[in-house]
Amino acid sequence: MSSDNHLIVRNGAGGDAFPAVCGGKGVLVMIEQVVQVPLAVGEDLTIPKNRIGSGEKRLCVVTGTHGDELEGQYVAWRLARLLKEHPEHLHGTVDIYPALNPLGISTMTRGMPLCDLDMNRTFPGSENGSMSEYVAARLIQDMAGADACIDIHASNIFLREIPQVRINENTARRLVPLAKYLNMDLIWIHAAATVLESTLAHSLNALDTPTLVVEMGIGMRVTRTYGDRLITGILSLMAHLGMWSAPVMPVAPPIVSSDGYVSFVNASCPGIFFPSSSHTAHVEEGQELGVIADPLTGEVRDILKSPASGLLFTLREYPVVYEGSLIARILGGSL
Amino acid sequence: MREEVLFTLDTPYRQPLAVKGWRFGDPERKSLAVVGALRGNEVQQMYICSQLIRALETLEEEGKLAPDCGVLVIPCANQFSMNVGRRFWAADNTDINRMFPGYDGGETTQRIAARIFATIQGYEYGVHFTSFYLPGSCLPHARIMETGYQHPEEALAFGLPYILLRKPQPYDTTTLNYNWQIWDTQAFSLYTQETDCVDHPSACQAVEAVLRFLGKKGLSTQPVSEPEAASVIFREDGLHNILSATGGLLFHRREPGDTVTAGEVLADILDPCTGQVRERLRTAHAGKVFFAHKAQLIAGHDVAFRVLPEA
Ligand SMILES: [Zn+2]
Repeated sequence: MSSDNHLIVRNGAGGDAFPAVCGGKGVLVMIEQVVQVPLAVGEDLTIPKNRIGSGEKRLCVVTGTHGDELEGQYVAWRLARLLKEHPEHLHGTVDIYPALNPLGISTMTRGMPLCDLDMNRTFPGSENGSMSEYVAARLIQDMAGADACIDIHASNIFLREIPQVRINENTARRLVPLAKYLNMDLIWIHAAATVLESTLAHSLNALDTPTLVVEMGIGMRVTRTYGDRLITGILSLMAHLGMWSAPVMPVAPPIVSSDGYVSFVNASCPGIFFPSSSHTAHVEEGQELGVIADPLTGEVRDILKSPASGLLFTLREYPVVYEGSLIARILGGSL
Repeated sequence: MREEVLFTLDTPYRQPLAVKGWRFGDPERKSLAVVGALRGNEVQQMYICSQLIRALETLEEEGKLAPDCGVLVIPCANQFSMNVGRRFWAADNTDINRMFPGYDGGETTQRIAARIFATIQGYEYGVHFTSFYLPGSCLPHARIMETGYQHPEEALAFGLPYILLRKPQPYDTTTLNYNWQIWDTQAFSLYTQETDCVDHPSACQAVEAVLRFLGKKGLSTQPVSEPEAASVIFREDGLHNILSATGGLLFHRREPGDTVTAGEVLADILDPCTGQVRERLRTAHAGKVFFAHKAQLIAGHDVAFRVLPEA
């Protein structure tokens, strides 16, 4: 784009740092391949990052672990442009990783196409393991030691989520104060589970690199209003870390909640879900959330009602449901 | 033999998923439960169960099951995915074998896992015929998670050549094997040579292993054949991984089961367009090839072979 007058250096060779080059306004911008692995035929798998700025303080903004989640693409794009346009306010290094799972994004696949694994169950990986483990280990090495890391997710293709930060209860004391800067509606402090020890966030937090998991929007779509809110949040966090010196719009305090206040509604039978309440609405206990319809017979198979009064923060968007399919989550639940 | 629908799950556009079990011996006894395909590509695992069902039917008819023996076999719990050629639950791509012990108020595959688990809990022994996430073939073996509740010596009764002990990783904690063990069943995952197609010899070996297990545990009176050699018990981290440095076409020179010497070439990786040899994969250790990558194409930094070093 014509306004991008900053010179970008590409180095194809697996992460050796080139001397960085100044852009027109004096910001250091450098694209590096964090991981480069040969694929079978005439192509390498490359996982790039864009390093903007310099200095010891470092923020990592990471997304694209799940190939069907695209909300983070907008945030990565906007953030890179904004930082390059205002180098005078940037004090430190921002590493943007737009696609941890490039094969997944390019093939509309949530997991990793070559091994059918959820990439967010492969961390911290191992240098001498299979390709997925190697990739995970290289990414962890590259991100570890940052002052903060933001891992942006976008739910999945089935459910729409309000902008939120999800934090494991074991790391809540350290992370909740940081998460409050991110300009999200909700901080959900969830119970620990052994299986979640193989996530990027858990692995980085275990290495003392504070990592916040953002969930917002829905898979395969971009909700720009949410992305813009997160950009403000990222700048607020950077200002807090001493990495951003321009004034930032004030951030409203989020609701902080633990599992106990979250109610779930799952489909009782298969069919097509038609919602009658809107996402982000306040619902009353007993209020109709929607119906499960049978297109063959014209019957309503079930009327789904809210089990609690509160904020409808997760709502199903993909209509086909099976028994058990998650329909909604309401904050303000059972306790 | 009693055929029984263990549970059903309605689907919006297809017939209900009806998960069937076949019971043998005393229906009140929970001696051994056998689970086959939980994934849509586990054709070999389903086939093994079918052959086991035939063998158990014969044993039962001949009165050779012990009076206190009760066996349940579930050949396939995922025809929903198998019939459309998908490995994971075809509606949302989740893996039933990553959902145990399950949750009956949760998502669809959590409910399926919970219903399977409810029918197979409380058995003294559990066998899961399953497949490995890496695309390849390995020597037939019994795999046991080191949960702290494991009894690897019990697996000797299968008479399989190898018993592999695995230290569970966080992502293992939602598998059937792990949860079975935690909930007091002696659980064994049995791996054979194939997954998406039938390998008859290793299927027969697997059926024989289960029949031998029943005999050794006094659950059948059929005389059992002794294996040629005693099982070798080893830890998974004792395997020597041979990684590819480059990608291309993989041509094996050695297969699972071959004995190899230190420095020997196990495979060549050719440039896929020119046919030039890009890399020769060698083993640093003498031993036996335990696992070989099966797909013709291989990427760089992938596990091409696993060799069990000589003791
Ligand atoms: Zn995600």
